[in-house]
Amino acid sequence: MNSPDTYRLPEARRTPSRFRNAIGKYRLSRTDDCIACGKCVEICPQGVHVIRRGKVFVENHHLCLGVECPEPCHAACPVQALSLRRNPNFDAMGDFRWTPDLLVSTWHMAEFSNMPPAHLEYKIGGSAGGFDKLRIKFPPVEKVDQALLESDDDLDVGVELNRRGDNAHRVRIEVPFYGGGMSYGSVSITTMLSRIKAAAALGTFCCTGEGGYPDELKPYDDHVITQVATGLFGVREETIQRVKIVEFKYAQGAKPGLGGHLLGDKVTPGVARMREAVVGYPLFSPFPFHSVYSVEDHKKHVDWIKAMNPKALVSVKVSTPTDVDMVAVGSYYAGAHIIHLDGSYGGTGAAPDIAKKNIAMPIEYALPKVHRFLEEEGVRDKITVIASGGVRSPHDLAKIIALGADGVCTGTADLVALECIRCHNCESGRGCARGIATTDEELVQLMDLKWGTQRIINLFLAWRKELIRILKRLGMKSLRELVGRTDCLVHLDYMEEERERSV
Amino acid sequence: MPSKYAIHTLAVPHRFKSVSRSGIIAWEEGCLKCAVCVKKRCVYGVYDNRDLDPMQMIDSIDNQCMNCLRCIQGCPKELIHKSLNPEYKALGDSYWAPDIIAKLWYQAETGKIPVSGAGYPGPFSGPGFDSMWTDMSEIVRPTRDGIHGREYISTAIDLGRTTRHISFDEEKGLESGSARILDIPLPIILRTPTFGAISKDTINGWTRAAKGLGTLMALPQKMISSTPEGSAPWVIPMISPEESGAPAITEETRVAEVPWNEEVSGLVGEMEDRYPSLLMSVRLPMDHRAEERALVLAEDGVSIIHMEAAWNGVSMGGDGGFLKDGIRSVHLRLVEAGIRDEITLLSSGGIAMAEHVPKAIICGADGVFVDFPILIALECRMCRRCTKGLSCPVEIQGASPSWVASRVRNLVGAWHNQLLEVMGAMGIRDARRLRGEVGRAIFFEELDRATFGSMGQVEEGCELE
Repeated sequence: MNSPDTYRLPEARRTPSRFRNAIGKYRLSRTDDCIACGKCVEICPQGVHVIRRGKVFVENHHLCLGVECPEPCHAACPVQALSLRRNPNFDAMGDFRWTPDLLVSTWHMAEFSNMPPAHLEYKIGGSAGGFDKLRIKFPPVEKVDQALLESDDDLDVGVELNRRGDNAHRVRIEVPFYGGGMSYGSVSITTMLSRIKAAAALGTFCCTGEGGYPDELKPYDDHVITQVATGLFGVREETIQRVKIVEFKYAQGAKPGLGGHLLGDKVTPGVARMREAVVGYPLFSPFPFHSVYSVEDHKKHVDWIKAMNPKALVSVKVSTPTDVDMVAVGSYYAGAHIIHLDGSYGGTGAAPDIAKKNIAMPIEYALPKVHRFLEEEGVRDKITVIASGGVRSPHDLAKIIALGADGVCTGTADLVALECIRCHNCESGRGCARGIATTDEELVQLMDLKWGTQRIINLFLAWRKELIRILKRLGMKSLRELVGRTDCLVHLDYMEEERERSV
Repeated sequence: MPSKYAIHTLAVPHRFKSVSRSGIIAWEEGCLKCAVCVKKRCVYGVYDNRDLDPMQMIDSIDNQCMNCLRCIQGCPKELIHKSLNPEYKALGDSYWAPDIIAKLWYQAETGKIPVSGAGYPGPFSGPGFDSMWTDMSEIVRPTRDGIHGREYISTAIDLGRTTRHISFDEEKGLESGSARILDIPLPIILRTPTFGAISKDTINGWTRAAKGLGTLMALPQKMISSTPEGSAPWVIPMISPEESGAPAITEETRVAEVPWNEEVSGLVGEMEDRYPSLLMSVRLPMDHRAEERALVLAEDGVSIIHMEAAWNGVSMGGDGGFLKDGIRSVHLRLVEAGIRDEITLLSSGGIAMAEHVPKAIICGADGVFVDFPILIALECRMCRRCTKGLSCPVEIQGASPSWVASRVRNLVGAWHNQLLEVMGAMGIRDARRLRGEVGRAIFFEELDRATFGSMGQVEEGCELE
């Protein structure tokens, strides 16, 4: 358990790409005309060029600032041996939600634990709606408390998770996010442990997903959330009693109303043992919980957990139908401590494309709806509201908190820190070719636990730092002040409308 | 309970190499000839299986590559690159976008639902059908249709006309006449697209597919001679406007279609009198007059109204309206007039993806016509060379009827399964109950304004980030 007095932030440490050639936005080519004068090595602010044994090499393409470089090496080269162009590989990866800019920015944060340079668009993606159309509205600088703005002081960005004030644990997370559920089976044990070790270091939690509770996680029991989902894979009395937070997964944002599906290929001996199933056979989690057809049934579920582990906090993870506000308030009355809304553009290991695109609401709509409804019901301060489903950056995080969330769950961002490139093939064949979302013995070797843990720590320390900068710029002294402050946001479409109206 | 309707699919390989989104560029110059080359370590064995198709000058690695970028990131001399394929980007047009075409190819080839890892990669919302989402059921109402909703879902719909109530004459005979109803097992009817390098074999294949699926195939009358023998009950002859009077059709025809004109109701009545089990459909262009005209047709006793939008789902009237809104307005007008349940409303134009079927039904249609997807199933690239009299790059006209039929069967099979997924999530177990159920949909315009409409104020001196 964390205590604010004894809690110390982990250290950031530079952790470069685990692949030989990291991908950046630009590429420099050097012709044989190079006379190895060392001019480029000298002027490059990013350390892109390296000189070794009288020869100059471009060793860090991915750090090149390209057209935005204040002192471009290609212009300074006395023999014009250098030429700059956009990296074709950069544009061949990513998608509308996770643009190549956002991927490379996240890799930058995971490598250096700093915000990326200005030539990368790290604040928004390219989906042209929701988060990507919202902007944080900062008051004029002169109106902000200058002492706060200039101070190096840390702000409190922690979140108390038990707001019912009941008999259950008092649990506080030091950062306003925890790791969303990813099961053993859908991701490798290295990925799982990297996330959980990083969560422990950051003073927060990470969820096991529905795939059992591997023994390797035992040292981090105090930072584990165990999930009870419809397939009940790996759920045992002993695992429920081991943790401080138990999460019911009613549905997942990416495939609401549909069950889970682990393809037969991924059911390796280890996975089968953990899930008490047969090797090579696909595993289905049905939809819905066949024991829950009403809020009253849901209360039975919560009571069941409380009977096994009376001090456990209960989190209810639901997706976002139009009546999600009713679901949220029902969960509160059933005794839940946390309501976790997973929006429709959230992550998954495998789901039908039709479900990911079309079913239920994006989190940007669901969250304010639930926040308002709980406020009207007078219970908003008795329950913790966690948002997930497309939170990609510290800016998304600040926006969703301003829309009414207390904190968020991350998932895809963690994987991107581990160098996921969003190729969308997590589910096929031997699984992720980059060794993240796979249980294939050979592919798992592609990643080292220490490396993975540090990359995730770096990323989230950068998020934390950026969030504090945003809060200070808003003139706020703690994260709590931002919750539900929709007046700190502007939506570009309606801003345009407002302007037209006033003209 | 009737037996479950199932479409049995079987992988049917493509005849031509398809156009892939990105391609691999590998330079040989400067290669170190590493003993363990990254190409040998490819997880998917792409480089081991490569072969060059001399006919099309296409290297198979581009089709097999799964974009993990490991070879690109691993080559010591950085000689391998990946770049977007300009040919892919040039596929189709703004409506029939490259990603839609590629997904249709995949479904026609495999018969499977497109499934992928990681979250939704696309834009937040978009025009037309992309500005609505379907809803789902959770805890407070896990299913609309009772707890057995997931076990049995019917996608069947009725075509035809029902009377509001039945009445008897003095001899206790049925006065109101019996209902003329034809039920088809899924809300999808096939229809010839307005262009395409099609031949007799293509028509033969499409008709066979329609028959095998238990649905119908709408064809211009002049093409009917190409259909296989015995397929008349599965064909909807589209009677052309030039013909005057009631045209002759075979006795087995169950549905026929005429285009709208001022006097069409008379012709419909004449045809239905002549053929006692025939259902007549009137093809009504979707434009600003459609509401009024549909109401008149319904009151005149027409069985089926087919609202036709342009190839890209927009209004025929050039007013920019989209099919989804057109269906909603006609449907609501008929509901207000208290006549909606008596007739069948079908729609066509721009139905390009599986999700468009439930969305069109939610907006108020009973079922849809699918046209270009059955052409794209045959590897069509929507290049429109055929419209200029040029040769088809994938020689659709040369495809055998059985290949055509299997590809279309696969596509419709995949769409049917996706319809089940969406209906299952909504907790609705009968496609007939989905019609007009806007309560099971979320509309972008309304929700976006309700959520963000008040967030347009920017006070002076504020900075946006």
